Amino acid sequence: MNTPRRRLRQNIARLFYWIFLAATLVGVLTLTVLLIDIWRDGSPWLDLDFMNSFPSRFPEEAGVKSALFGTIWLLALTALISFPIGVGAAIYLEEYAPRNWVTGLIQTNIANLAGVPSVVYGILGLALFVRALALGRSVLAGALTMTLLILPVIIIASREAIRAVPPSIRDGAYALGATRWQTVREQVLPAALPGIMTGTILALSRAIGESAPLIMISALSYIAFLPGGILDQFTVLPIQIFNWASRPQPEFRGLAAAAIIVLLVVLLSMNAVAIYLRNRYRVQW
Amino acid sequence: MSVGPLSIPDHLKIGLLSLPVLVTACGGQPRGGLIEVDGSSTVFPITEAVAEEFQKVNPAVRVTVGISGTGGGFKRFCAGEIDISDASRPIQDSEIEACRAAGVEFIELKVAFDGLSVMVNPGNDFVGCLSMGQLKAIWEPGSTVRLWSDIEPSWPAEEIHLYGPGTDSGTFDYFTAEIVGEEDASRADYTASEDDNVLAQGIAGDAQALGYFGFAYYEQNSSRLQLVAIDGGRGCMLPSRETILNGSYMPLSRPLYIYVKVASLARPEVAEFVRFYVQNATTLVPQVGYVELPQAEYDAGLRALEEALR
Repeated sequence: MNTPRRRLRQNIARLFYWIFLAATLVGVLTLTVLLIDIWRDGSPWLDLDFMNSFPSRFPEEAGVKSALFGTIWLLALTALISFPIGVGAAIYLEEYAPRNWVTGLIQTNIANLAGVPSVVYGILGLALFVRALALGRSVLAGALTMTLLILPVIIIASREAIRAVPPSIRDGAYALGATRWQTVREQVLPAALPGIMTGTILALSRAIGESAPLIMISALSYIAFLPGGILDQFTVLPIQIFNWASRPQPEFRGLAAAAIIVLLVVLLSMNAVAIYLRNRYRVQW
Repeated sequence: MSVGPLSIPDHLKIGLLSLPVLVTACGGQPRGGLIEVDGSSTVFPITEAVAEEFQKVNPAVRVTVGISGTGGGFKRFCAGEIDISDASRPIQDSEIEACRAAGVEFIELKVAFDGLSVMVNPGNDFVGCLSMGQLKAIWEPGSTVRLWSDIEPSWPAEEIHLYGPGTDSGTFDYFTAEIVGEEDASRADYTASEDDNVLAQGIAGDAQALGYFGFAYYEQNSSRLQLVAIDGGRGCMLPSRETILNGSYMPLSRPLYIYVKVASLARPEVAEFVRFYVQNATTLVPQVGYVELPQAEYDAGLRALEEALR
């Protein structure tokens, strides 16, 4: 039965296929154009010297060493601080907290905090960590600020991972006489860990692209030494990129593009690890 | 650094658990010390160049340079947080007051000249020179200038598109003070950006554009921009290294400064750094696109420094 009405419905169906495909391609195309453009500007500058040199006023001698190491330091410290706190909060909210309005309020607040602009965390970090706690413009102050920024994301991702563990697992453990902590430690956490790790890594990769909060706490632009401890000063890739992009000489914009490539490589490899963990350790019930 | 040079793989291998070890390893600072500089992003390239050269000679000394802006730099400077403040304008009375209240004594050293250039699109063949009065009429708040013909009746009746730095910039402070006569007083209906490269791009791509920014950025974009000569009362004058240096490009050439905390000069590394700064400015300043001062001015700065050191 090929009535006009049926043909119309089929055409509409086809139309939507193309609309949705176009919607997908917008993202892919933008990323492709961006990558090609950055690669064209940046690749001539990208070599081992670039990775292993400090910033310089001579474009040929300039490199990202201090920014790359600063980023790695910041990332490691942020992970160390935010992971236990975030997972702890998620375990409490999922496994221990009573279902009442206080818990509801906490949950709503965490969801709202995830949407607060990052520069606001920068102002908070400046007042609290840099000034009140007198940590100065150190890696530690930066990592604590970044922890605040990504904590809501880690908590939300961890809760979802914990919630995905079926109640029957817990019931089984309880039936065998396990305490609540034993159940969490031996059953729930191992099962939820791939999801938690994925969420944490994605949150961290958001953190390494952030410059606004770090500019607020004034991570520096020119620094020709590596942080040797958590109270040392530091700079990060996004700030180095920002600094180079605003210089008058066109060569520095090439350097900025090369630094963007480095940042993208760090970002993509972190995301790749997240995807690997998810696929490798995913449990099917 | 007492940790010694670590390559990336080593660092990753050490991993997260050994962070506390690294901290204790760095507990005892080697002789050398830390010099903290913050302030104007205009002065930043000069201080960066000096810091780079200084650390080649004194590898044990660490120098950090921030870009909080001239005002932001003075805030930190007068709170006693930093040793040296980069500034693209002289310190203001309110800032002197803040420094005095916190007991921060300082010396002021001129380090270079920066010219502000006024530019149009290269396709513009009628604007060769603007007087101070014309510039003021264009940029003052509530300006009625909308078309080129509003400035000079013989010019086309086309709309002018204005480009200039945003209100946080020292360049904006300086231009408005010199041209409009009152600091920060400007019309607001222009394309503003803190990034001079964006402004250069804008003027290069817009046939009806008129804008201003630092001379260093003009030099890098000279093929796609056209300078406008300024008549400051002694005839039309184009900015160039010569006219900025000999003071004939008036009034749009401005001195750049560093402010040094006197208490910090007691530390030999700071005193040495500032001396190095003044002694090497003649070589380093032109390398980063600014105009060096006459040697006599650096000599005077050096004398002021030795005075403060005594």
